[in-house]
Amino acid sequence: MRTAQKIKEVLIGKLILACGVLSIAVVVLIFVFLLRDAFSLFDSYPLIDFITGRNWYPISEPPVFGILPLVLGSLLVTAIAILLAIPLGVGTAIYIAEVAPGWLKEILKPLMEIVAAIPSVVLAFIGLTLLAPYLQGLLDLNTGLTALTGGIMLAFMALPTIVSIAEDAINAVPRSYREGSLAMGATRWQTTGRVVVPAAMSGISASVMLGIGRAIGETMVVLMVTGNAAVMPTSADSVLKPVRTLTGTIAQEMGEAVFNGPHYFALFAIGLVLFVITFAVNWIADLVLYRYREGE
Amino acid sequence: MVTAEAQKKVQLQEVNFYYGDFKALEDINLDIEANKVTALIGPSGCGKSTVLRLINRMHEVAGRTRVEGRVLLDSEDVYSPGMDVVGLRSRVGEIFQKPNPFPKTIYDNVAYGPRLQGRSSRDELDGIVERALRQAALWKEVQNKLKTSALELSGGQQQRLCIARTLAVEPEVILMDEPCSALDPVATQQIEDTMDSLKKDYTIIIVTHNMQQAARVSEYTGFMLIQETGEPGRLVEYGLTSKIFTMPDRKETENYITGRFG
Repeated sequence: MRTAQKIKEVLIGKLILACGVLSIAVVVLIFVFLLRDAFSLFDSYPLIDFITGRNWYPISEPPVFGILPLVLGSLLVTAIAILLAIPLGVGTAIYIAEVAPGWLKEILKPLMEIVAAIPSVVLAFIGLTLLAPYLQGLLDLNTGLTALTGGIMLAFMALPTIVSIAEDAINAVPRSYREGSLAMGATRWQTTGRVVVPAAMSGISASVMLGIGRAIGETMVVLMVTGNAAVMPTSADSVLKPVRTLTGTIAQEMGEAVFNGPHYFALFAIGLVLFVITFAVNWIADLVLYRYREGE
Repeated sequence: MVTAEAQKKVQLQEVNFYYGDFKALEDINLDIEANKVTALIGPSGCGKSTVLRLINRMHEVAGRTRVEGRVLLDSEDVYSPGMDVVGLRSRVGEIFQKPNPFPKTIYDNVAYGPRLQGRSSRDELDGIVERALRQAALWKEVQNKLKTSALELSGGQQQRLCIARTLAVEPEVILMDEPCSALDPVATQQIEDTMDSLKKDYTIIIVTHNMQQAARVSEYTGFMLIQETGEPGRLVEYGLTSKIFTMPDRKETENYITGRFG
């Protein structure tokens, strides 16, 4: 009996170890393959032209793989999303944490989580059929599929992340700070603005970074609502014109790229660029979040 | 009669107090003399801290509460509809049990209250910060590091910073809710010395568990008690500290101060 139990213990231990090793191995392998395929491109196509090239003509002869318009497209859409999502998200978090009465809080928090659970393709569909025609009519545009449309939808997607984490950060501010401020004769709003929000600032920043991370990596929404024109978004009205993003490019072109051809490798190289950007954003968010937990 | 009234800085008259449906205080009558230190003593849960918070209405932060009777500050009812709570709290400062400096610099902590009142001139703030820190006997220790975080100070220094923060808005009354319970004896001594120097300008009401402390710092002492769990707290005896500690009128007071319970 005792030996049987011992064997069982050891087996379970090994099994758990195997699970852990497997998932780590898969992640490492993904990264290795991504690197290998991406760098296959740079044997035949200079890295510098890839990064700084202003034209993306993957099926012309010879093909041109300049991702600058795609990078700028991604940045533009993300920037719009951030500009909209930060004030809305942080404002909502402050409202839920500090202002809303208890019963409303109980409704709003789960509601925010439901928004997070909406599949992105469904959100994109709403953007495509409701927001795009509305913006087109409102601003008198040639097409409603623009950087602005994508930015608005991405902001909507980033909101639950920002609200949820920022609200946690605000809630984590010790009650004694609030009492100290109120007892000094501060109003509720002064207390929120001058003590609570500054004290929660690192958590709020982290929430914004994670929201951004989600927005940059998002594919389906931008693919469906940004119009996918790989042009340099550098004119004054680029916000109201179609753009193409890194993620949208991969999703749209992978199906037609020749397996192990230059185009195929170029898409992997885009994947690597995305990986680096997302990794950097998440890493910074982690640093900020860590500092904020240390500070408690 | 009028002159006698004028010396009463804070008065509680027939005060009953409820948290929700629970009656926490019953029939409290208390006259606090101006420019004196008044101590409230009694076992845990007897409502000492609640009495403090009635005066600056901080209990309202916690939720559903109800006050009956009258609480007067300079003969003016603190609970009258016209009373501005924000103004009240800048007249009645509070020092909490656990030091609670904001996660800001030492300077910004002390300047917090004046800034709330819209004072922003650098020179004026510098003057206020220095004066408040000197009054709280903290200036010498921090004058060269005003821009460092308040959270780097020791517990005793943090508590004196909280006192300085409160003094910066020049309150008339300072409420102290067991201000030394989280501090070591040396830090406690410093806070007590600070209180002693403050009482010429301020009226101080201190809640304390520590009877020696009450005897050392206060001119007047109130002894509070609940008869049984679930009963409201009452003020059993109130008078000169020297009398309460040497020849109390009530048996319960004597039992408590001689350490027979509590």
